[in-house]
Amino acid sequence: METGIHELTAAYALGALEPDERREYETHLRGCEPCQDELASFSSVTEALAVAASGPSPRLELRDRILTAVRAEPQTVVPFAPRGHRALAAVAAVAAVAAVVALAIGLWATQLSGDLDEARTALERERATAAVLADPDARNVALEEGEGRLVVAPSGQAVLVLQNLDPAPAGKTYQMWIMGDGDPQKAGLFSGQESVDVVGVDGTVQSAQVVAVTIEDAGGAESPSSEPIAGSVPV
Amino acid sequence: MAAVAITVLALGHSEPTWSMRRQHAHLSDEALVALVARGDEPALAELYDRTGRVAYGLALRIVRDERLAEDAVQEGFLAVWRTAAAFRAERAKASTWILTLVHRRAVDLVRREERRRTEPLPEEISVRPGEAETPTDEAAWLRYERERVQSALAILPDTQREAIELAYYGGYSQSELAERLGVPLGTIKSRMFAGLARLRELLDESQQEGSWRPEFTS
Repeated sequence: METGIHELTAAYALGALEPDERREYETHLRGCEPCQDELASFSSVTEALAVAASGPSPRLELRDRILTAVRAEPQTVVPFAPRGHRALAAVAAVAAVAAVVALAIGLWATQLSGDLDEARTALERERATAAVLADPDARNVALEEGEGRLVVAPSGQAVLVLQNLDPAPAGKTYQMWIMGDGDPQKAGLFSGQESVDVVGVDGTVQSAQVVAVTIEDAGGAESPSSEPIAGSVPV
Repeated sequence: MAAVAITVLALGHSEPTWSMRRQHAHLSDEALVALVARGDEPALAELYDRTGRVAYGLALRIVRDERLAEDAVQEGFLAVWRTAAAFRAERAKASTWILTLVHRRAVDLVRREERRRTEPLPEEISVRPGEAETPTDEAAWLRYERERVQSALAILPDTQREAIELAYYGGYSQSELAERLGVPLGTIKSRMFAGLARLRELLDESQQEGSWRPEFTS
């Protein structure tokens, strides 16, 4: 069955393989670049076929049902690419994610400030953020205070994801800190969006350190002046 | 925010009819999947808001039963939740990946249920009673896409169209198709391949001619 396995690409794209054939083809696919390219070129077709099938909207209850089911479901993190290719795959994935995210943030920042340098900085920051989020080896660290999580890459680069934080009051800013032994290190400012913030932490976070957020006067402070309103458990 | 209109890639970018705030509306589909891999529920909700309608339509087309279609969509999104960490943005668009997972669940269900009908596109499936079809951009776009795909399918030789429709919408495997149509497996394989390749060409052409959604031109 080894010969001719390439020609299963169309049937695979259409979902027309039996489960055992599918597994066999997927094993083949991982090592066959022509098949990967072919499959990618068919994906716009199958997506168009899917869109063409659309009819009535689903009942609104379906959304709740799915979110409830998800809450009851533990997630398994399964690295997919073979070990040797992982770094490369992660870089490519990041590039794809970053390109899109960067466009949004870049345009947005430009609109806000009209300042290109600022937009460029925002873009760099967003790229780094996407890199951490897409890193298969990054891990989730829970928050002790606040809703969300801290995502930490093996390099110590980290991204703080905070939900349901109100925008900072006028004249104030949110400031991040890396805390461990010694004085808290400044780790960046953010103003708070409507309901979710995905912000890159400046500096690197080491084992046993904590990332915390305080409210400070606009421009930031040299050391925290109030109790943290959010903070992770030790990394 | 203008950037949202440009970067919300996909399928949906629908205005949700429910009132929940869209927390992640500014992120790309691929960034959302990265967040889902980190256990972020609002990101999954946003992906559902963008792709759920198409996913449900596809599932319904295959299983021909509202409850089963809901099951397929639910299981598909659970698979998204469980395996988001395995998604690689360099291999596929996130929306394609999600639809593949839902399609697979729907096909599993229909093969198990032996509940298959194979008529062409279900024009008879219409609007849910009590829910007026609102003339949104999304509805207009879905109609446009459906016509575009139907006219491309109509150009294919009958045998190729039949193979594609029975496989993708009917849930038949290639071996089942060979048996049902009484032709060798190799013939089915070539029909699928030739049909998909031709369809890809036709869709590329019609996309270049008439796309009025800038984010779909590549």
